[in-house]
Amino acid sequence: MSKRKPYVRKMGSTWWTKNNFHTMYIVRELSSLVILAYSVILLFGLNALRGGEAAFDAWFAGLTNPLAIVFHVITLLWTLYHATTWFSLAPKAANLWIGEKRVADNVITGSLYAVLGGVTVIGLLIAFVL
Amino acid sequence: MKRSNEPVFWGLFGAGGMVAALLTPVLILITGILAPMGAVDFSFARVDAFASNILGGLIIWAAVSFPLWLSLHRLYHCLHDFGVHAGNGVKAAFYGAAALGTVAAAYLLLF
Repeated sequence: MSKRKPYVRKMGSTWWTKNNFHTMYIVRELSSLVILAYSVILLFGLNALRGGEAAFDAWFAGLTNPLAIVFHVITLLWTLYHATTWFSLAPKAANLWIGEKRVADNVITGSLYAVLGGVTVIGLLIAFVL
Repeated sequence: MKRSNEPVFWGLFGAGGMVAALLTPVLILITGILAPMGAVDFSFARVDAFASNILGGLIIWAAVSFPLWLSLHRLYHCLHDFGVHAGNGVKAAFYGAAALGTVAAAYLLLF
C-alpha cells in the first residue's frame, strides 16, 4: 500500500460566484437546464399528439397555465443568452478561410444572427399565415 | 492508445448548440408563449398536419433531439464544476438519455 498522501485541492461548489466571468460561464452552462426541460416538454407533446386529440388538448392545457408561460418566457430569454454566447464563440470554433483570406470574426457572428432572424421570421410566418 | 469517444459527443453537442441557438427561440415563442395566449392556432388538427409532413416532422425531430445532446453534454461537464467527480456510469446515463430521447422522438413521429 502506498504511503503517498497527495494533496487534493478543495474546489467546493461556490467558486463561480466570486468572479463575474466565472458567474457568466455558469449562467451559460446552466441554460442547458431550461433547454433540456423544453425538449422534454416537446417529447411529452409528441407522445400526446400520438395519443389523439384528447391527449393533445390535455397536454396543451398544461401549457396555458400562467406558471408555464412564465417558465417559457424565462426559457426563451435564457436560450437567447445561449445563442449570443454561441454566436460570439463560433469564429473561434470555425476557422473559415476564403482563398488566402480568413473570414473575419464579425462576419461569422453577424451571419449567425442573420440566420436566427431569418429562421424566426419564417417560423412566425408559418405559425400565423400558413 | 484507445481512441477517445469525445469527438462524437462534441460533434453532437455542436449540432445541438446550433439548433438551440437558431431554431429553439422561435419554437419556444410559438409553442410556449404565443399559442398558450391564444395568438396562434394550435389545434390538434393543425399540429398533427404539421408533424405528419416530412419537413415539419424533421423540424420537430431536430428541435427535440439535438438540444438534448447540447444540454446533457453541458450538464455532465457541469457536475465537475460543482465538485462532483462523476464516473463513466454517469456519463453513460447522460448520453444514454440523449440517445433515448432522440430515438423516442423519431418513434413518436413515425409510428
